[in-house]
Amino acid sequence: MIAYLIRRVLYALPILIGVNLLTFALFFVVNTPDDMARMQLGIKRVTPEAIQNWKQQRGYDKPLMLNRAAGGTEKITDTIFWQKSAGMFVLDFGYSDDGRNISREITTRMGPSLAIALPTFMVGLVVYVSFALMMTLFRATALDFAGVALCVLLMSISGLFYIIGGQFLVSKLWHLVPISGYAGGADSFKFVVLPIMIGMAGGVGSSSRWYRTIFLDEIGKDYVRTARAKGLSELRVLFRHVLKNAMIPILTGVVVVIPLLFLGSLLTESFFGIPGLGSYTIDAINAQDFSVVRAMVFLGSLLYIIGLILTDISYTVVDPRVRLS
Amino acid sequence: MKRYACCLLLLLLAACDGGLWNNPYPASDAVKSILYTAFTERPKHLDPAQAYSENEYEFLAQIYAPPLQYHYLKRPYELVPLAAEQMPAVRFLDQHHYPLPDDAPAGRIAYSVYEIHIKPNMRYQPHPAFVPENMHLAAGDLTPVYSLRDFSRTGTRVVTAADYAYQIKRLANPQLHQPIFGVMSEYIVGLKDYAAILQQAVQKEPDAFLDLNSYPLSGVQVVDDTTYRITIHGKYPQFAYWLAMPFFAPMPQEAERFYAQAGMRERNLTLDWWPVGSGPYYLSENDPNLRMVLSRNPYYDSETYPGEGEPGDGQAGLLADAGRLLPLIDKVVFSLEKETIPYWNKFLQGYYDSSGISSDSFDQAVQVSVSGEAAVTDAMKAQGITLSTSVATSTMYTGFNWLDPVVGGNSDRATRLRQAIAIAVDFEEFVSIFANGRGIPAQSPIPPGIFGYREGEAGINHYVYDWESGVPKRKSVEEAKRLLAEAGYPNGLDTQTGQPLVINLDTTATGVGSKSRLDWLRKQFDKINVQLVLRSTDYNRFQDKIRKGDTQMFYWGWNADYPDPENFLFLLHGAQAKVGKGGENASNYNNPEYDRLFEEMKNMENSPARQAIIDRMLEILRRDSPWLWGYHPKNYVLQHGWLHNVKSNIMANNKLKYWRVDAGQRDARRGEWNQPVRWPLWVSAAALLLFGVWMRRILRQREDAR
Repeated sequence: MIAYLIRRVLYALPILIGVNLLTFALFFVVNTPDDMARMQLGIKRVTPEAIQNWKQQRGYDKPLMLNRAAGGTEKITDTIFWQKSAGMFVLDFGYSDDGRNISREITTRMGPSLAIALPTFMVGLVVYVSFALMMTLFRATALDFAGVALCVLLMSISGLFYIIGGQFLVSKLWHLVPISGYAGGADSFKFVVLPIMIGMAGGVGSSSRWYRTIFLDEIGKDYVRTARAKGLSELRVLFRHVLKNAMIPILTGVVVVIPLLFLGSLLTESFFGIPGLGSYTIDAINAQDFSVVRAMVFLGSLLYIIGLILTDISYTVVDPRVRLS
Repeated sequence: MKRYACCLLLLLLAACDGGLWNNPYPASDAVKSILYTAFTERPKHLDPAQAYSENEYEFLAQIYAPPLQYHYLKRPYELVPLAAEQMPAVRFLDQHHYPLPDDAPAGRIAYSVYEIHIKPNMRYQPHPAFVPENMHLAAGDLTPVYSLRDFSRTGTRVVTAADYAYQIKRLANPQLHQPIFGVMSEYIVGLKDYAAILQQAVQKEPDAFLDLNSYPLSGVQVVDDTTYRITIHGKYPQFAYWLAMPFFAPMPQEAERFYAQAGMRERNLTLDWWPVGSGPYYLSENDPNLRMVLSRNPYYDSETYPGEGEPGDGQAGLLADAGRLLPLIDKVVFSLEKETIPYWNKFLQGYYDSSGISSDSFDQAVQVSVSGEAAVTDAMKAQGITLSTSVATSTMYTGFNWLDPVVGGNSDRATRLRQAIAIAVDFEEFVSIFANGRGIPAQSPIPPGIFGYREGEAGINHYVYDWESGVPKRKSVEEAKRLLAEAGYPNGLDTQTGQPLVINLDTTATGVGSKSRLDWLRKQFDKINVQLVLRSTDYNRFQDKIRKGDTQMFYWGWNADYPDPENFLFLLHGAQAKVGKGGENASNYNNPEYDRLFEEMKNMENSPARQAIIDRMLEILRRDSPWLWGYHPKNYVLQHGWLHNVKSNIMANNKLKYWRVDAGQRDARRGEWNQPVRWPLWVSAAALLLFGVWMRRILRQREDAR
């Protein structure tokens, strides 16, 4: 398994370099360093000297990928691509174009994002699986039909509707929690409870239907019939046998997203005023802040790769037949 | 399990801290003198040498104290001393530095010397930079530091004239971006050379601290602890307006040295993020993703509430606090609200003291009478909410590119074409549909409230409007068609080619939200059978096209730096053309007569002679019609009844110090409006319980049946 993990980590390197290259190329196809400078310096009274000065201070006055004027390795290293990318492989994200330490910004914003995403994910998983099991338990009955219909209905509604509707009912009409805002520690509870509930409600339809399909696949198998023949109750069959055997497809979808929870949710954080990472990338794209864009894309790729590796490891935990080699 | 339940219960109890359940602030702050407001976009810069945006000035103007400020109550806008003891004395010198009389012609004045006496004993906010031991920090000393609050000791010191001189030197620091360096280097004597010297110093030792005091600046002299002089080239009366901006606020050199220490930048401890000022407030909390908090500067004791204002201010209660020491509020909490819906709802719940009005909530908040008067709706009135309106010192226009062979230039054909389009595009309708009536169709670049603007018939654009029954009435579409025919496009067809006239408009407006606006614009051109092609483009390409003059028509806008006609009329000065000169004249308009009059007008004091020149300039502009003059936006601001001393002042950004909050009244109103409705909780719990019982019963039945 160790050899497998080392191999996967080594595979990750070219992937990360490729993602980095692609981000760099896409960004600079759309924006030139002059555009970036103008965006940062504002519209009024921007002189060519100010633009040149801005580029020089932030290293955007160098060639993009190949410095023909330099000699030796500096042909590669004295370029925007190298200067902005090399540090990221040791997780040194440098400074944003407005002068803020990106690593510090990420670590500060990660907490509030996780305060929403992690409970939403965990409670949501329990609710989705339970709901799916319930529908499986009552399969081919009116209750199952009603459950599926409810799932389709919930899937058809935009996530934004849940947010605005939830804020209207719970915060505006009933005054039960603040509409938006955030505080650290125990005070955070009243701010996060509504976004968590809404985040959870938004995923009920699609997730529960997906899990129901998985459970229905399992429930027709021989081992389930055997379990029933042994006299086990239906609940016991579902929770002890069906759920366990359905774990592989569930884990495939679930474990991979765990690391990405750090990155937060744009809509939820924006509407609830949560100071998380959700809007960091979008804000940076709008501000043409390449330093932040490349850092966040790199981080996203890295977390995704970690998620995939964790998924592989989780298979060995839930299914002893799986060996990583 | 029980332990977890207890923890959850404790967490719930802690969260419901005895106050209202939906209160986003600590219950203990309920009756404190705190103003609650919001910001929608994090400021990029808080360094007074670098900041230039409105959202940055919202903070900086409360923190820094430049020599001058705008009188809070008087109109038209009037400069008064802030940190200065009195208005600066200006002396004029000829090219040999001999004094000239005050009424010397501008052509003879080679230099103007502004002598500024600042008030004695003004002191800076508490800050760790004023504690000597914090100026020699070792790397390890910063390990537990994440914010300025982590420094155990802070200090202060008296503001000196040298600090004002130091800040002017910072305007030339090549390590910073100073948006006004270009303008100031044209005026402040020696500033351009000073920047070149500093540039050399930086290149020589890029990593060393740049000690500006080691390099003298000839145009700025410190006379004594409370007096300094600024020498500028020629006569530039508008310079006084710049002295009311944070660019000219004092900066203690200790602050720059403090933040230059190793490890500070890694912790985001920079002057650009943690200002050091001598104004009424200081930034005590800076988390721009969540909240920024201004606290009262305990050492600010040099200013009192004004005792006079406009007629009617007394009756409006705006003079009730006359003579009281400023600021009147202890703390200002700015919360980040990116979305308008939560912002609006929190305002209605009493958790924000004032609010703007988005288009979505306009009908809920404002009703417009038959006479056009805007007032709050009955629902707002019942909550004690009041409305303040003011016309912004801004202009939103659509420009023609003067270099374009079809719509540009001063030929009779092109002039008539532009005049025809100016009549056809109905900005009264635009303001009514897309701005909920919050704007005034413009008659020229100069908005109301600025010298040079004329009310009534004398102020209308006679090329577009007729004066009928005491109001301007837009000329008919037939008149526009007639002008179009005279321009060589009868019924929208080019007489030479027989082809329909097609005009391109470049815009950054894209997406569903802009579609209705763009469709409306197309219809305006359809009225005179001219085809409008909308070229949507991203912001970078748009800027590039404007710079290169590669447009026919485009949207643009201008927000005044200071309340002087020069700050609007220079936007059409030939020397300011975008193409080739990189100026602010995006239309590249060029009229030698206009330029000559501008040069004459710009250095004049406000007087009937200046007004006469401006009238002539505006007549030229209206005839040439290089812009569709567009409209001047109107600001609508709502405030709760517990917020006092609020008067719209477009030019003064430092108005928070005048405001007063009746926290007791606010707390009582919040209590009335926000009592939690508990029944949904009980109903949900009961429904869950019933569902569980029902499920259990069904399951048991099914098991029994097996």
